[in-house]
Amino acid sequence: MSHVRYIDKTREYYRNEGYETPYQWAHFDEIPFTPLARPLAGCRVGLVTTSEMALIGEAGPWDDNPGCNVYALPTDTPIDRLYTKKEAYDRYATTLDDVNAYLPLTRLAEGVAAGRIAGVVPRFQVLYSQYSQRKTLTVDAPEILRQMREDRVDVAVLTAI
Amino acid sequence: MPRFVFSDFPLGSPTGRPFDAASQHAALELGLRLLEEATAPGTTVVNPEAWSADPSWKGRVFTKAQPFLTEDATAKWQQRKATYRSLRATGKA
Repeated sequence: MSHVRYIDKTREYYRNEGYETPYQWAHFDEIPFTPLARPLAGCRVGLVTTSEMALIGEAGPWDDNPGCNVYALPTDTPIDRLYTKKEAYDRYATTLDDVNAYLPLTRLAEGVAAGRIAGVVPRFQVLYSQYSQRKTLTVDAPEILRQMREDRVDVAVLTAI
Repeated sequence: MPRFVFSDFPLGSPTGRPFDAASQHAALELGLRLLEEATAPGTTVVNPEAWSADPSWKGRVFTKAQPFLTEDATAKWQQRKATYRSLRATGKA
């Protein structure tokens, strides 16, 4: 069976729910691309996610500051202290109970131990995706880039639920 | 996307099967290899792992039989949208 045609299916689903304006998926005519400049074993890895990560028992940045779209959490946070607040996922077919299935912190740490990558930078970024592609492009993405440059990230991995 | 690993898994498990370190390792390794080997933007690799021998879950995605969000989650989503609209109206977003 071929893959799920999410764009077609969500368009139809939300039209049936009464939403008349279909979501406009971001599309770029030109995609930036930079070849890897050095062996991966010498690269520091950064991680960005849209999975609304939070620390168990603590208020998230969005709770304190609605409108805050980018925040960072330490990559050495014990994995069992992290959870996601995301509710938009296929709750019939899978679970969000294993953080590493959407935020591969443990797998990256293993990659460091094995010498596959040089390291993981001290913080990862959470992009809380709001409803403005303009804001994602002009405010949120530049902020993530700024933090990653500050952390001397060589390669960035983006995971989206 | 400059480089993209596509896993034909349910939304929520983009980096491997939950509680399956080997599956997660394989998914990450596909991404790392893509970083090393891709020579052009938009290079996509498909994770060869199948979620399940029974693909029927795919047919139920985004159907009336399986509402995507719970009622609570839908209400929260609406509330967040309203919050965002009011922030935007006041120039704070």
